[in-house]
Amino acid sequence: MVPIGVPLPRGLALPPLPSWPWRITWAYLGLVLFLPIGGMALKAAHVGPSQFWALATTPEALATYKISFGLAFVAALINGFFGLIIAWALVRTQFPGKRILSALIDLPFALPTAVAGLALSAVYSSNGWIGAPLLAMFGIKVSFTWLGVAVAMIFISLPFVVRSVEPVLEALEVDQEEAAWCLGANRSQTLFRVVLPQLSPAILSGIAQGYSRAVGEYGSVVMISSNVPFRDLITPTLIIQKLEEFDFDGATVIGMVMLIFSLLSLVVINGIQVWGRNWEANPSKS
Amino acid sequence: MKKLIPIVACLYVGLVIVVPALNVVAGAFAKGLGPFIENFGSEDLRHAVLLTLLMTAIAVPANTIFGLAAAVAIARKQFPGKALLLSIIDLPFSISPVVVGLMLVLLYSPNHGLFGSVVSDLHWKIIFSWPGMALATIIVTFPFMAREVIPLLEEEGWEQEEAARTLGATSWQVFWKVTLPSVRWAALYGLILTTGRALGEFGAVAVVSGNISGETQTLPLFIEDAYKQYNTELAYGAAMVLGGVAIFSLFSRLLLERFLTSRNSP
Repeated sequence: MVPIGVPLPRGLALPPLPSWPWRITWAYLGLVLFLPIGGMALKAAHVGPSQFWALATTPEALATYKISFGLAFVAALINGFFGLIIAWALVRTQFPGKRILSALIDLPFALPTAVAGLALSAVYSSNGWIGAPLLAMFGIKVSFTWLGVAVAMIFISLPFVVRSVEPVLEALEVDQEEAAWCLGANRSQTLFRVVLPQLSPAILSGIAQGYSRAVGEYGSVVMISSNVPFRDLITPTLIIQKLEEFDFDGATVIGMVMLIFSLLSLVVINGIQVWGRNWEANPSKS
Repeated sequence: MKKLIPIVACLYVGLVIVVPALNVVAGAFAKGLGPFIENFGSEDLRHAVLLTLLMTAIAVPANTIFGLAAAVAIARKQFPGKALLLSIIDLPFSISPVVVGLMLVLLYSPNHGLFGSVVSDLHWKIIFSWPGMALATIIVTFPFMAREVIPLLEEEGWEQEEAARTLGATSWQVFWKVTLPSVRWAALYGLILTTGRALGEFGAVAVVSGNISGETQTLPLFIEDAYKQYNTELAYGAAMVLGGVAIFSLFSRLLLERFLTSRNSP
């Protein structure tokens, strides 16, 4: 992702802009973003604080939070680890098929979630290509259990860490590692003391982005999950079930919980990215 | 160690991405090409394809206009809250699509929506109908264009526009003849991303559409429905079409990227 918001050089005179781009921007944002968000907030405010709390913390809702927020976290961490390895493979090693690997990383972004859900659900089902051997060898069922939900979340959040670590790793100079080697550091010391600290803002930001995406993911998860409450029902599916039961208050409250989470994660991700930029500029101080 | 890293990377990507993707291809052509083509005789499938194309045909131009307007308005100005505004434009990426759909239902549902009485007085049908679905698609996809164009405009600087202006061009002429050509590749890239996402949008449309087959069912919804009803072949066939489009857009993006890097560094 290209960072936006790079400041212009000072003293550059800007000619006055025509006002219609601003008008379009605000009118459009108002219609498609502020109005829906405001509408939902208003509906949620209507529910009242005590009722809001009660609806947001029903046992059913709490169980879905545990699955959505918990499994997404596990998925994001797994991708943090493997994402780093993939980024490393793409930047620092040479092997046949590297270009193809790099292109494949973007597939979860490009593939519609319904297609991803169908593919994962079929492959990891008890008679699927991967699911059947897993069941035969370890007795593990993946599709239509919480494990399947985790697999879908892993799929959907895989590109984030790779794509955020790649450019930083590319910019990293091998000199520092060589210096560490010369000064007698061994392999793991070089990795943990020299390389990883410099990559950590990128890794964290990738994990946070993947986490936020996995928490909100619906299409692929709903197809691989059995959608049974307390077992593998995720929060977005619970919202849809509430709507189908015409429980609008319940749906609004849980939707509001998810919206607040999205806003918080946006703040955290921006914070990590600002920290990362400061780090690049002056690693010793931050 | 040095050899292990690419192997682990490829194994992981293989298990999580490649095998499932190949499975769709194998499933779609399991009984040969004949049944695969026969699937498209399904009335519901044809309707779903047309509706998906309609949603995309509404969302993509609307978001292109917004994206370009926002880029022209925001990119080269410094003002307090600029970073905040850029984050706000990014919001749909972090809001769950289901919540996007819910927000629209809470606004426009005739019985429960904030504007419910207005909508029913005017006899509009927004929820469970194509206007709501188009709106949902627009919300989920509008950041792409702005995100691609803004960074490029920020880099370009003002000189050419200023020159055009001093030579007497109107702001509309400046936009068409100077600004738009300078960002055309980023805009094309944004266009591909927006189209890909609009074709595949599932969660937001699922909430708003009511998922009535033959009426408000888009292609992604059709896939889920067919799969749930054990109509596996039909599901695979539809998934193959949608996935094929996605892979095509992925490769056109890669080609575009390579073309641009080779152009910039001859």
